[in-house]
Amino acid sequence: MRYFESLVVANQQITDDVFVLQVERRDVEAGAGQFFMLKSWDKELTLMRPISIFKSEPDVLHFMYRLVGQGTGKMAQLKQGDPIRLLGPCGNGYPCEMLQGKVAVLGGGVGIPPLCETAKVLSNKGVNVDAYLGFRDVLFAVKDFDPYCANIFVSTENGEEGYKGFITDLLKPENYDAVITCGPEVMMRKVAAMCAAVNTTCYCSLEHRMACGIGACLGCSIRTKLGMKRVCKDGPVFLSTDLLW
Amino acid sequence: MKDTVKLSVEIAGVTFKNPIIAASGTFGFGEEYHELYDVGCLGGISSKGLTLHPKDGNEGVRVWETASGMMNSVGLQNPGVEAFIATGIAQMRRFGNVLIANMGGHSMEDYITGASMLSEADIDMLELNISCPNVKSGGMAFGIKADVAREVVTAVRKVCHKPLIVKLSPNAENIVEMALACEAAGADALSLVNTFQAMAIDIHKRTPVFNNVYAGLSGAAIKPIALRMVHSVCKQVNVPVIGIGGICTAEDMLEFVMAGATAVQIGTINFNNPMAGLDILNNLSQFCQAEGIADINEIRGIC
Repeated sequence: MRYFESLVVANQQITDDVFVLQVERRDVEAGAGQFFMLKSWDKELTLMRPISIFKSEPDVLHFMYRLVGQGTGKMAQLKQGDPIRLLGPCGNGYPCEMLQGKVAVLGGGVGIPPLCETAKVLSNKGVNVDAYLGFRDVLFAVKDFDPYCANIFVSTENGEEGYKGFITDLLKPENYDAVITCGPEVMMRKVAAMCAAVNTTCYCSLEHRMACGIGACLGCSIRTKLGMKRVCKDGPVFLSTDLLW
Repeated sequence: MKDTVKLSVEIAGVTFKNPIIAASGTFGFGEEYHELYDVGCLGGISSKGLTLHPKDGNEGVRVWETASGMMNSVGLQNPGVEAFIATGIAQMRRFGNVLIANMGGHSMEDYITGASMLSEADIDMLELNISCPNVKSGGMAFGIKADVAREVVTAVRKVCHKPLIVKLSPNAENIVEMALACEAAGADALSLVNTFQAMAIDIHKRTPVFNNVYAGLSGAAIKPIALRMVHSVCKQVNVPVIGIGGICTAEDMLEFVMAGATAVQIGTINFNNPMAGLDILNNLSQFCQAEGIADINEIRGIC
């Protein structure tokens, strides 16, 4: 883990409110499912913002984020060459080294980004990956999964593109050795229950308000079957069967 | 360069190599920040707030950003005094700086038992957090009423053979009276201020943000008020004072020293800049050198 200044390579708006920020990597480690605390301000905002790794390339890290508040509002204004501070990599990512056979990655909305890097890592080690990507209305990032996935299933809530309904309707967890999910809690809860019913291993990546991002402040602690756990440090990835929800 | 400026300070017979201390609750037991820099460079570390028994902390939202600050309602999640003595102390000892055990409580009995256990353990100082709700005195916080504070500090003093810092709440009815009461009850030093009781409402959900409704405000927003309180207290007490409240830079910490503080604690700024302790230390040396200050103790209380 390092805290360092880097430079923005690009900051591209891909939907009304979703952006992809590319940052010079500066040789920092970056594993699938891990995240960085980002800050493109000095002290105007008190806290850094946790953003997951969308893609990690040898020289560039990609972060996909939704414009939701003050922090992402400032990030949305970044231009090529602007300085940005990174703290990370933070947390425990997906245990890609342990996974084999056939794996489904299932994401909803801005829970989708970390699954892209995960699909890449898994596919590179010979795992057969299917992607299930759920959107409210507008699709994004689907093409990014193309190189790494045997099948890609897409849903929108209004049926404008792909299956009309929830992406969980399409998943058959019994067909997979493991399911990896990230997105709204209600969606992950559903996936976890579906996996539990057929004994398929399920990993969930949780989102939480954080202050320090490194496990010191206990601002993101959650109750689990293994006791109190810090989403930032012990997570953000948890085995679904360890979660209480 | 650092060698030319004397930064070491003394509090209750304990020497700090510099006056920068990591504040309780923002720094764990030091190990997370130690991955980023040698936290042994700081004068000391005040542990995550301990309670006699382990605590899971509060449900719901625990941290919330505000203008120039943040609110927290972590609720003293901690492993308990016994576990701290068994493993936490050894973790903190390897940093080689002053080890302060911060302890809160919910009843007089908890304070006394916890303090006597910590007093026998390998800590350098005990920092007593008297800002927690106290069921035994009708819901009034120990940190609000001076006579209640006097009672708990007197009792803890009897069982605590280590230097005793009492950490004051800015929510006290009268911070100077509170400070004088704690001093009279045997505190070797005072640290102030803890967080300000505050509130946030989620207007979309139409409910308070925090399950406990009120939470503690910290960060740059509270600095001028904290500075005023440190200044008023320093004018009235004879024991050393550790200044706390929104310190973000070396300049901020120098204000507290000039107001009378012997040392300072830095808390919320660690979240904005995880290297803040090291940065403030380096900038402090540079400032003193540029301003011709040979010894940090020279400028203490000059305002």
